Amino acid sequence: MNRIAQAFASKQNLLNTYFTAGYPSLHDTIPLAKALVEAGADILEIGMPFSDPLADGPVIQGSSTVALANGMNLPVLFEQLKELRTAVPTTPVLLMGYLNPVMQFGIENFLKRAAEVGVDGLILPDLPLDEYEEQYHALFQQYGLKAVFLITPQTSEERIRRLDALSDAFLYLVSGPGTTGGTTLPDAEAQQQYFERIAGMNLKNPRLIGFGIADKAGFDRACQYANGAIIGSALIRALDGADDAPAAAARFVRGIRQA
Amino acid sequence: MNPATSYQQPSARGYYGEFGGAFVPEMLYPNVEELRTRYLDILADPTFQAELNQLLRDYVGRPTPLFEAKRLSAKYGTRIFLKREDLCHTGAHKINNTVGQILLAKRLGKKRIIAETGAGQHGVATATVCALMGLPCVVYMGAVDMERQAPNVARMRLLGAEVRRAESGSQTLKDATNEAIRDWIANPVDTHYIIGSVVGPHPYPDLVARLQAVISEEMRKQLLEQTGTELPDYVVACVGGGSNAAGAFYHFLDEPSVRLIAVEAAGHGVDSGHSAATSVLGKPGIIHGSRTLLMQDEHGQITEPYSLSAGLDYPGIGPLHAHLGASGRAEFVAITDDEALAAVAELSRFEGIIPALETAHALAALGQLGAGPQEVVVVNLSGRGDKDLETYLKNLDKLI
Ligand SMILES: Cc1ncc(COP(=O)(O)O)c(C=O)c1O
Repeated sequence: MNRIAQAFASKQNLLNTYFTAGYPSLHDTIPLAKALVEAGADILEIGMPFSDPLADGPVIQGSSTVALANGMNLPVLFEQLKELRTAVPTTPVLLMGYLNPVMQFGIENFLKRAAEVGVDGLILPDLPLDEYEEQYHALFQQYGLKAVFLITPQTSEERIRRLDALSDAFLYLVSGPGTTGGTTLPDAEAQQQYFERIAGMNLKNPRLIGFGIADKAGFDRACQYANGAIIGSALIRALDGADDAPAAAARFVRGIRQA
Repeated sequence: MNPATSYQQPSARGYYGEFGGAFVPEMLYPNVEELRTRYLDILADPTFQAELNQLLRDYVGRPTPLFEAKRLSAKYGTRIFLKREDLCHTGAHKINNTVGQILLAKRLGKKRIIAETGAGQHGVATATVCALMGLPCVVYMGAVDMERQAPNVARMRLLGAEVRRAESGSQTLKDATNEAIRDWIANPVDTHYIIGSVVGPHPYPDLVARLQAVISEEMRKQLLEQTGTELPDYVVACVGGGSNAAGAFYHFLDEPSVRLIAVEAAGHGVDSGHSAATSVLGKPGIIHGSRTLLMQDEHGQITEPYSLSAGLDYPGIGPLHAHLGASGRAEFVAITDDEALAAVAELSRFEGIIPALETAHALAALGQLGAGPQEVVVVNLSGRGDKDLETYLKNLDKLI
């Protein structure tokens, strides 16, 4: 069983934490990964910073800008990730980012390097589904990498089924309309109906809810409707200005995990 | 003309050659898909056409004149015609697109309009049609551009639009576009995004090109009347995202005898590190949902363009233009800030027309065409210079 399937098989209420590689300082990537997992994170999403992150709110835009100014780029990241599997041997790790830097690196080269360092899956929100299916699905499989797709309240049932069929990792339920970090939904009832609608579809993939989940209350609520949740912007805010970023990350995760 | 070989038509997925497509995150997919599945039917609908044509005539002031610029012609030793888009209501070609898109938005049942703007002309043109239709309007504009195009900020506010400052990145057109897209992600049901150029995910490049195509449709008729033939030898237009050029080229794209000259902003010079000449400095990449030529560093991070002109200060070009360049159908020329300023002075003195700074880039290319005395050159005069007066005053030494 691959690491992603293993994680979902062994546990409920998974906590997936997102952080931007190279933030707050260039060499925080591996220490942060280790600290997050030791404090109780079940899945890691490592953001590859991009100059123009369209789907991201101000917090991740800010961490991306800092990371790029720190000198983060894909060659540097893959160099750092050589330590990944020493630091976190069994935790699923996904790389998340925009297509343009990946294209410039070369998609096949990117997949190859990601597989070599022990990455399990990829989230590339601006990779069109048709292009993925026709051009890249086989290549992802060849390198043993899982694709994770986003679903929003507006995604049609037909399209959800297609995304579910093409993935064998988990589906990323975007909590409502908005970019990452978007906090409240205008209508909690509509949100609940959306989560319940998806939960009732009998999809083959497990589901994680993300965008705007900031604290233990939000995490616990998301876990009622899915297999767990994804926290990004709130974690990055907790790292902002911290003297010891890994310690701040661990504190943040323990705050979510406390009974 | 076989449609398969036409330059006008993108493929079903919105590709012009290898450029185009719709690289949007799932949050935007339903919006873009709604537009993609409906725009052609709506545009072809006779009641839509009737409403659009009436507004273009009675509100925008079309057809715009085609003016033979005799003194300029004498100077360059060729026959120069100016397509007077500067005489459109609000002072630039941008309104051709916004009038069409507001009618489209109404048919899609949208209740709120957003837009990005660089020079402010598209923002003003959007605010204008929103006032006309009584729809709320939010325009995103880079903080730098709000300074250098202050009169247009005031106009948008007077028209009832809310102008939101884009503070990220280079604080220019690219960043305003990012913010508009984020707004659309946050408002996926009731909002229509009126994009201002032939950029963005499919179907926007095709939609905007079709709405601007009225420029070349009129040119053909006017040329026939004034020169006895519909086809000129050259059509010259500036390219920021490329909407005025797309409109000016559209009905000549499949007429190989017509040379299409796309003029980009070289800023301080193509090799100066302060330039917006995407066709020279760009490589294929993805910006704002489209695969096109893009100014970027070796790691695929989008770099910050520079031009004195806010409307040309964009690190990409529309996918149609990327394809016209790659296929050799259009020729690209790059004009510096100073050359553009000189062209502002020249047109003002020779013809009594003060052009927009963007437009001046197209005019500055006249000296490089090598057009002969019997040849006909049409320059698309995309906009007037009112919005740029402050910039012109600051650079008076280069103008007098
Ligand atoms: C007068 C004028 N011309 C040209 C442009 C450039 O846009 P495009 O390349 O889409 O025509 C602008 C943009 O603001 C403009 O205001």
